Parts: sequence; structure tokens; C-alpha cells
Amino acid sequence: MVTIGASTSAPARKQQPGHRPTRGYRVFRVVNAVILTGVVLVTLYPFVTIVARSLSDNAYIVSGKVNLIPRGFNLAAYKAVMADPMFWTSYRNTVVYTAAATAVSLVLTTCYAYVLSKPQLKGRTALVGIAVFTMFFSGGLIPNYILVTSLGLKNTLWAIALPNAISVFNLLVMKAFFESLPVELEEAAAVDGLNTYGILLRIVLPLSKAVLATMFLFYAVSFWNSWFAAFLYMDRMDLFPVTVYLRNLIAGATDATSVGGGLGSASDVVQSAATIQSVTIVLTVLPILAVYPFIQRYFVSGVMLGAVKG
Amino acid sequence: MTASDTARPVADPGSPSPPTTRTRRRAGRHTWRRALRRDWQLYSLAVLPLLFFLVFRYLPMLGNVIAFRRFQPGGSVFGERWVGLRYIRMFLSDPTFWDVFTNTLVLGLLTLLSCFPLPIVLALLLNELRSRRLKRFVQSVSYLPHFLSIVIVAAMVMQLVSVDGTVNQLVRALGGEAVPFLQQAGWFRTIYVSSEVWQTVGWGTILYLAALTAVDEDLYEAARIDGANRWRQTWHVTLPGIRPTMVTLLILNIGTFMAVGFEKILLLYNPLTYPTADVISTYLFRVGIVSNNFSYAAAIGLFESVIGLTLVLSANAISRRTVGTSLW
Repeated sequence: MVTIGASTSAPARKQQPGHRPTRGYRVFRVVNAVILTGVVLVTLYPFVTIVARSLSDNAYIVSGKVNLIPRGFNLAAYKAVMADPMFWTSYRNTVVYTAAATAVSLVLTTCYAYVLSKPQLKGRTALVGIAVFTMFFSGGLIPNYILVTSLGLKNTLWAIALPNAISVFNLLVMKAFFESLPVELEEAAAVDGLNTYGILLRIVLPLSKAVLATMFLFYAVSFWNSWFAAFLYMDRMDLFPVTVYLRNLIAGATDATSVGGGLGSASDVVQSAATIQSVTIVLTVLPILAVYPFIQRYFVSGVMLGAVKG
Repeated sequence: MTASDTARPVADPGSPSPPTTRTRRRAGRHTWRRALRRDWQLYSLAVLPLLFFLVFRYLPMLGNVIAFRRFQPGGSVFGERWVGLRYIRMFLSDPTFWDVFTNTLVLGLLTLLSCFPLPIVLALLLNELRSRRLKRFVQSVSYLPHFLSIVIVAAMVMQLVSVDGTVNQLVRALGGEAVPFLQQAGWFRTIYVSSEVWQTVGWGTILYLAALTAVDEDLYEAARIDGANRWRQTWHVTLPGIRPTMVTLLILNIGTFMAVGFEKILLLYNPLTYPTADVISTYLFRVGIVSNNFSYAAAIGLFESVIGLTLVLSANAISRRTVGTSLW
């Protein structure tokens, strides 16, 4: 039985009783600590430097003087980005797309995973095979593009939600969880006269809150972060999610200096691409960083659950 | 075991012995009808998901016939008329195709060589940490980049290697001239692989750390009695213990080999770095979506998918023969 959200960190290997660690091993422990500190620093450094750049005066950035600490501290770039109505439009789009796509994905994945978790169901192997085969072979970009275009989904949120509605990995995670639930409860409910839908809604789902939360997060984070579908299928600026807004900024597709136009006649505030980009990165990454400490363990346990059966 | 067996509803109650093949074949159609009558509510739940798979997964596979047919935008999804192997021949004689093919192999191989072993090393190092809290902290930090959008990672990379970025500050501090890294084809592979390592290595340790907890403590005890030091314990006990995980992840890595970081390359490359950065998937994106040569691009895409599938199947078969671990 797998418990979701359980601690996954391995207990450190026990030091053998009665044996003093050798000198070589003591040296190794110091080296190890240094290496792992290095890993932490290298992982965090880009975040720190982006924040420092976002708060710095442009002149210091251009002359290459900003790394860890902001120089010429000011919030002008933040004001400029936040005054851009397009930024908020794209942020709202991201929220709407993520909510809708996650809802569709959750419903479809739950239904299919529940069906696949019934061992006595005839044709179950074929149903699993249909899903798993798509993990290793896909139609490819061009046929997908033609399909979505000819279904008339362009410039609608369905172009984002439908083509990626079921992730087979998530499906297998959920199937593994349903399989671990005790059958007796469902049988008792069936004896009491509940039909399949009733059992799923009133017995199984209330017992599956942990896995539902995990699935919700898996899908929500992946839709929140996605950009390519929107980049491919959205033609109008007011439909872009914030990832595409940022992509266009770094690709120079939109004139970065025009973002500062929101400040009106303040002609002395000419924002460079670098500060504006840093600010947009910070504002985009902020929600993820804010929820990260709370969602991380769900992700870890979800991956492990998938690996058990995968 | 027996309790759960008897509790489970069995398809044909009252016949504990397995049915012979003859009776099973004769009963085939009847059991299907019976299964439908009994489980129609379950099957009904599968209808929408199945529709999804058929429309958005299997229809595009069929859509690949346009690789052998002439396709006109606005015309039939499956093309207008057969042209045989024309598009296949076209890309086989296209020098750009072979350039991007080579780039795909090189980038894929570099990614595999760094992003496959490094998580193992990091997991082993983490496993030797004695302070649980420190270990937790390092783990949490190293997972973080996995949660970022590729766009954000690309944007960070651009800032870090820009002329006024950190890397060039170091170059100048060491007395060098600032280098426009993203404008130089010679640097693209380094930048791409480093950012890939930064984003994936921490997250990649999860399954290894789980496998490490499952290694039998008695084996270490036995190795110690045999006089094995810490290093030899790692080599002879730990690594064999996590071998199934290693093999599984290797096969999965090989499966994504051909699709190397399409989105990230699309965000990071530019015409100046095409000589090293342009891969099959980005090339077919430009040929198909940007220049509207759908049939030609579909032919390239089909070739890519077939190679990808072949790689997974052969990696899986080889590992089943040699180490006895396989995906299915």
C-alpha cells in the first residue's frame, strides 16, 4: 500500500557501530559537503541574479556590474511592466487556460484510470495498451497542427486543453492508486445498491483526495508552464498566456522599450530590454516559487507512485 | 491473499478450475455480451477518454500519410493524391537534413551522457549525508528548476550569458573579452547541455534515492565483514542494488533521444547558431509551420518518430537479454 505525501527521503546510511570512520572517509565527507553546497549555490544563483537585475538601474547592468546585489536600487522597471495592460491580460489568460485545461484533464484522466483499475473488466489490457502505446509513438507536430487547425480550434482555449488532455504518465499514477484501494468498500456499496457512477463519486473519489491533489498539481503546473501550444495556435496578442508574453519579450518580437510607455510622459525612464526582461521573469516565476514549498512533496510522491507500477 | 481473492467478484462463479481453451473460445462472444451488459457503466466512463486518444493521438498518426501524399492547406486533412516516396527522397537528398540529423545525434548524445549519470552521482552523494535536515534542504533546492517553464529557463540563460551577464563578468574578471555566447555556434552545445543539467539533474535523483532506501542493509553488513571499505560497498552493493532503476531510466532517456529539447532549442537558437543548434524537430517546425511545406515536414517527422520508436524497442530488447530488466 502506498501512502501519498509520505516522507520520501531515505534514512542516512547507518554508521557501523564499533568502527571509527577511516581517514579517507572523513576527507570524503568534507568534500561531499563542499560539492553539495556548490550544487545548492549553482541552483539558486540564477534566481538571485535575476532578482538583483530586476531591481537595478539600467546603467549598472549594461556596464556588467550587477550579479548578486542590486546596484542603483529602483522599482521603475516593476512599475513599467505592471503598467502594461497586456501583461495583465496574458496573466489572466494563463489563469483561465490553466483552470479550464486542468479541469478537463482531471475528469478524463480520473474516468479512464478508474476503468483501467478494474482487473476483471473484459478488454482492459487493450484499453491500457491504447494509452501506453502513445507514450512511445506519436503522430508528430505537423499532423497535430493540421488536425487542430482543421477542427477550428485555433484561437480558442480548446487548442491548449484538448490535445494534451490526458498525460499517460499521470493516468498510470492514478490507476496504480485506484488499484491499491480495498475492493471490499466498493463491493459493500454495490450491495447497498449504488451503481458504478455512485461508487466512483461517493466512495472512491472521497478516498482519493491525496491522489486527486497530486494530479491537480501535475496538470496545473504543466499547463501553467506551457507555452508552445499557445505560441502555435494563438494568433492574437490578447490571447497569449504569460509564457508567450515573456517569450516574445526575449525573442524581441515586441519592442521591449515600448513597455515603458505605460509611464506616459516620463521620458527619463527609458527601460532597457534587460531590466524589463528580468522583471517579467520575476513576476512570472513568483507564483510557482510561492507554492513550491507546499506542492513539492506531492510531486515527489506522485513520481514514486508512477514508478512503482510504471 | 486468499481473502482478497475470494472477495473479488469472479467472472464465472462456481467454476474454480480454469476453463479449457475450447470452452473459452466457444464462450467468447457470450462473455463479451455479458461483460457489456454487466459493466456498461464502466465502459461508458471510458468513452470520452477513448475519443481523446483516437482523435488527438491516433488520428495524427494516420495523418502522417500526407508524407506520401500531396497536401494542400485548406484541402483534405489526409492530402490530395499519392506521390509515393517523393518527400522521403527529397529529404534524403537535402544537405540541410543531414546537418540537422547530425546535430540531433550530437546534442542527444551529449545530453544523455550528462543528464543520465549525473543524477546517479548526486543521489549517491546525498545518500552519504548524515544530517537528514541538510539532505532534505539540498533535495528541495535541487528539485526547484524542474518546476519552471522552459520559457523562464531560456530567459534566465539569456540573461546569464548576455554580454553584461554573470558569465561575461567572470570572463572579464579573468582578463578576457566579453563573448556574445548565444551568437556563436561554437558555444551553443555547451550552453544547451549546461542548462539542461541545471534543470533536470536534481529532479532526476528522486527515483534513485527511493531505490537506495530499498537496498538491503544486511548486504552492507556482509560486505563490511568481508572487509569492504565504503567505496567498495558502494561499488559492489549500492550500484548493483539500484541497477534496475538505472536501466529503466536509461531506456526512457533513449526513448526521448530524437526529440532533444525541441522547445528549449526553439527559444535559444537563432540563424547564427543554426550550424550547431538546428535539430530535426526545429528544422521540420520551420519547414512545416513557418514555410507551409506540410508534406515535406511530415515526412521528416515520421522518420524522426520511427527512429525514436526503434531506439526504445531495441534498447528495451537489449536490456531484457543482457540485464533482465525491461519496460514491458
